[in-house]
Amino acid sequence: MSFTKKIGSRLLRQGLVAAALTMAALAPAKAETIKVGVILTYSGRDAALGEQIDRAINLFSKLHASELPPGVKIELVKRDDTGVNPSLAKRLAQELVLRDHVQILTGGQWTPNAMAIAALTKEAKVPFVTMTAGGSTVTQQSPYVVRTGWTLWQTSYPLGEWAAKQGWKTAYTVVSDFAPGYDGEAAFTKSFTEGGGKIVGSVRIPLATTDYLPYFQKVKDTNPDVVYVFNPGGPQATAFMKAFDDIGITKSKIKLIGPLDITSDEELPNMGRSALGVVTLGQYSPAATRKANADFIAAWKKEYGANSVPTYFAVAGWDGMQAIYDAINAQKGNAQKGIIDPDAMMKFLRGWSDPNSPRGPIKIDQQGDLVQNLYLRRVEEKDGHLANIEFATIGPIGDPWKVFNKK
Amino acid sequence: MTTAITILFFGVAYGMILYLISVGLSVTMGLMGFVNLAHGVFAMLGGYVTVTLMNRLGVPFLPSLAAGCVLVAALGFVLERTLYRHLYGRSELDQVLFSFGLILVSVAIVRIAWGPLAQPIQLPDYLKGQVTILHLTLPAYRVALVGFATAVISGLWFVFDRTLFGARIRAAVDNRAMAQSIGINTSRLFAGTFGLGTGLAALGGGLGADVLAISPTYPLDYIVYFLIVVAVGGLGDIRGPFVAALAIGLADTACHYVVPQAGSIFIFAFVFIVLIWRPNGIMRRR
Repeated sequence: MSFTKKIGSRLLRQGLVAAALTMAALAPAKAETIKVGVILTYSGRDAALGEQIDRAINLFSKLHASELPPGVKIELVKRDDTGVNPSLAKRLAQELVLRDHVQILTGGQWTPNAMAIAALTKEAKVPFVTMTAGGSTVTQQSPYVVRTGWTLWQTSYPLGEWAAKQGWKTAYTVVSDFAPGYDGEAAFTKSFTEGGGKIVGSVRIPLATTDYLPYFQKVKDTNPDVVYVFNPGGPQATAFMKAFDDIGITKSKIKLIGPLDITSDEELPNMGRSALGVVTLGQYSPAATRKANADFIAAWKKEYGANSVPTYFAVAGWDGMQAIYDAINAQKGNAQKGIIDPDAMMKFLRGWSDPNSPRGPIKIDQQGDLVQNLYLRRVEEKDGHLANIEFATIGPIGDPWKVFNKK
Repeated sequence: MTTAITILFFGVAYGMILYLISVGLSVTMGLMGFVNLAHGVFAMLGGYVTVTLMNRLGVPFLPSLAAGCVLVAALGFVLERTLYRHLYGRSELDQVLFSFGLILVSVAIVRIAWGPLAQPIQLPDYLKGQVTILHLTLPAYRVALVGFATAVISGLWFVFDRTLFGARIRAAVDNRAMAQSIGINTSRLFAGTFGLGTGLAALGGGLGADVLAISPTYPLDYIVYFLIVVAVGGLGDIRGPFVAALAIGLADTACHYVVPQAGSIFIFAFVFIVLIWRPNGIMRRR
């Protein structure tokens, strides 16, 4: 190349660099983004439940975007754990933290998955707002975990007390074979036997089962006064109810009770009349008449159609997002620089309260569990379709298991 | 005593569903020597067609089943002519890779078309609840299932034993070269048999939608059971898999009643022992 051409190209390069730097300096400040990793089940048999939580998260983000500190945006990074799969959930959480640099983790649909993710947060120091995992020990895995759902002890322990008070003497427990099932079985057994009842049989049904009839035949043959049932809700709740109907238990004198999962609201139309009269204990029913719920249902139906029903899964997601947004607002200065202080966030969350959740007043206690009201409900027909109608309130209570197992 | 009979009944119902789905696989594997792991795909598609016609278009149960059967049999026929026939002479590894690839493609297509959730099946009212037969109270759906499956199986055995088509299939399974040399058009026979096998699988899938849930991962979830029936029953036979399927259905059901904590370990232990005793299947001598 000739001498002049060499000088020319060097000048050109330097000029371009100078121009680029000037433009960068003069560019308007862009919004700081807080990345939130969401690990839910988006495929497989139980994807319906993950979809409920996902919809609540999306709706909340849409309606409350303006409530974030000025200049702050939230980016949701979603990953599919495909079901109960703790090793996959842990790997996804690892990738989210190390590769995608998320500052907050949420989702945590299943107890085994949430346990794996929670154990990771201890080392990673990333706040984890687990939404629907129901096993009591999840919040003990690390100081960076809080829960905005419920625990099986919350929804099963008072049920045993109530069942004993109804005068029922014998009970059979039927639970799905994984951690929340064991919790529910233990909680109900403890309170029912303390109330004077006797457990005449118990069975744990593997999660992968599709044919429940042999198990339920045995329940029918034992002829207990009441059957305590737990399954993860969603399509499995309908499968259980249909099997109970097929075996003849729903029409017999045997009573069916359990935590709210077994009469999952979005599945009630599929269960049909076989579910009538089933009593459950739970923290949320879409039929509740409080104003916060009326607003929530109206917003939901506007977004997702008049036939869509938000369930307790959706509300857990909704409240989880409220907690995250409140925590970010509490750290306005940090958030506007794109940083989240994990310890400050945890201090805020363990003591956070919301009097206006669709499920009633809630708060998070020092153990990271949600303290809330529990409602006794019965499946009844209202306006031509089935709903869980609340007839009594218990609480507010935290997680009874922590009370019995104070370290 | 009634309990034992009821458990027997459930086991038989489950076994019959497994048989309906797996018999096609046994015949195809024995006849064409083709390791078709994707057999579950046809059962799944039969289930989807049946459930979709019933739920979305309100078509009654039996016509939906028939439609599923016919459509999937036609699909099986077409796939045999276009894809499978190119792999007959190839090694088992090639066939396994191909059929596994077919499974993955079907799972993805089904997930896009129908979503990732299991399909809820709304049975007609006359199939819900229970019926009382001879002092036994049994679920109506299972009773109908056993009755219907018995009719289909009897028809199948009739076709195999008493018709020319059945005779040709048996001949080709026993000795393909000999069958070809006496003038049997094995190429057309394969296509027809494949269609029959996949049609039966579709029937089993639709009929058994309550027992084996219809979801996109169906071919992966249940392939082990179909292969067990075929391995224990023997390839190319239609009586062997019947015995095997019933045995498995009964053993699994009884186990869930008597020792629920053992899960499905019993089935696999059972298969292990049978295959050591009779490596070619229960009924096959050779």
